[in-house]
Amino acid sequence: MFDEPFATGRSFIHRIDPRHRIVIAVVYSFVVALTDRFAPLTGALIVSLALAALARLRPAAVWRRLKVVFGFLALIWIVLPLTTGTPFLARIGPMGISTAGVLLAARISLKTTAILIEFTALVATMPLATLGHALGQIKMPEKLVYLVLMTYRYIHLLENEYQRTVRAIRLRGFLPGTNMHTYKTYAYLIGMLFVRSVARAERIEWAMRCRGFRGRFYHLVDFVPTPATWIFSAMMGIIIFWIAILEWGPHLW
Amino acid sequence: MTKPIIQLENISFAFPGRQPILNGLDLTLNWGDRAGLIAPNGSGKTTLFHLVMGLIKPTSGIIRIFGKRILAEKDFRVVRRRIGLLFQDSDDQLFSPTVLDDVAFGPLNLGKNKEEAIAIAEETLTSLNLTDIRNRITFKLSGGEKRLVALATVLAMKPDALLLDEPVTGLDRDTRHRIESILRELDISYIMISHNMDFLSQLTTRIFSLENGKITVDDTAALHPHFHLHSHGTHPHEHK
Ligand SMILES: Nc1ncnc2c1ncn2[C@@H]1O[C@H](COP(=O)(O)OP(=O)(O)OP(=O)(O)O)[C@@H](O)[C@H]1O
Ligand SMILES: [Mg+2]
Repeated sequence: MFDEPFATGRSFIHRIDPRHRIVIAVVYSFVVALTDRFAPLTGALIVSLALAALARLRPAAVWRRLKVVFGFLALIWIVLPLTTGTPFLARIGPMGISTAGVLLAARISLKTTAILIEFTALVATMPLATLGHALGQIKMPEKLVYLVLMTYRYIHLLENEYQRTVRAIRLRGFLPGTNMHTYKTYAYLIGMLFVRSVARAERIEWAMRCRGFRGRFYHLVDFVPTPATWIFSAMMGIIIFWIAILEWGPHLW
Repeated sequence: MTKPIIQLENISFAFPGRQPILNGLDLTLNWGDRAGLIAPNGSGKTTLFHLVMGLIKPTSGIIRIFGKRILAEKDFRVVRRRIGLLFQDSDDQLFSPTVLDDVAFGPLNLGKNKEEAIAIAEETLTSLNLTDIRNRITFKLSGGEKRLVALATVLAMKPDALLLDEPVTGLDRDTRHRIESILRELDISYIMISHNMDFLSQLTTRIFSLENGKITVDDTAALHPHFHLHSHGTHPHEHK
């Protein structure tokens, strides 16, 4: 249900300081999101793909993630060209395919894909725990870090409780069908899931208090930026700058 | 040498809308005591430990720890630094991403700096033979590994006393021996819940029971090491 397919690895990207990766990912996403011209957008997509290759992401796994978003993009490709208005690129019966609509859909698709792949390559390549600690070290609010780290724990908790309950139900020969018994069982399943998770969450909180927790997390790992990190960050800085120039600089193309 | 660590006087407790589980209970644990608690399922043993740690509040009665009456949450904070509770279900106890994070969590909260906390955690993991799994994700460990890591998180706080809620239930013999020898070597007082009489008799000097919400000294279960012969004798088993 919940795993981190990209988190472990020994690629070039995996060895870059997580703090640098987070900052670069955020800045890069901002710039790409604000970009409208096709030259910088295409460039961004190529850069994102290159990052994915550098991180040695398995194409099949990346595709599985992209598919979800592509469903949404498909919808945009249907709606926007038909609703944006004249001038038309072509006509189908009474309806026109708007040139502006097609361009807009293309822009959104490029941006979304580029940002998603880049985030997968830079941020999904660290375990969530590392993300939490890295956020803590770039002085993000403690509440946010706490949220990230505890969400991680509680998602696992929910999944565990879910699987335990499902296993118990299966082991006793339950076969889902369209009948009252099935509905009642599912209702119990969901009810139990919530009740048990809440009870367990309370006991985890107890355990934390037993060990002197006062609402503050400490970070054990010291991230040390390697020379590769600085080179990578400088390169990405130049690339981001270059995208910005293509977008907002003097019209050369 | 009979300075008390834990003194419970006339403690009563009931979950909302239910019959009292503890009913005028008295219990004392002195320095150097190694006490066992053996009683049927559902008799309130776990509840008793949670009361001592201040996780739930008694309906009436007095709790004294290290001779001082404990009332407010702030008093319990001090108690929790000096008394370690090993939860019956280790899944409740572990929450940090990695084993090392989890073991270092307590020392960090006690004000140790990062290097000291890591050193304490490493040392504790080494003493429990757990160095191999120090970077594993805590909630993806096996049941026995979880129990050992949970014990490590408690020991890393260097408590004066331990409340051990069924520390060896469900563990294989080697792991059980490991815990046994660790507890034997430690200079620490504890109360240990277990359903395993053999294990208790190896590790405790007194055995209590819990009946009708009160502590009784279990005379019928007078301690005597015994050897016996029957099939499966080499496998771990329990005696009632
Ligand atoms: N949160 C709760 N709400 C209501 N009743 C509870 C709750 N927790 C425990 N109980 C009840 O209180 C009684 C004592 O529970 P407790 O967990 O202390 O037993 P125990 O002696 O530790 O048993 P075991 O040997 O099975 O661990 C049980 O009857 C149990 O059903
Ligand atoms: Mg219990």
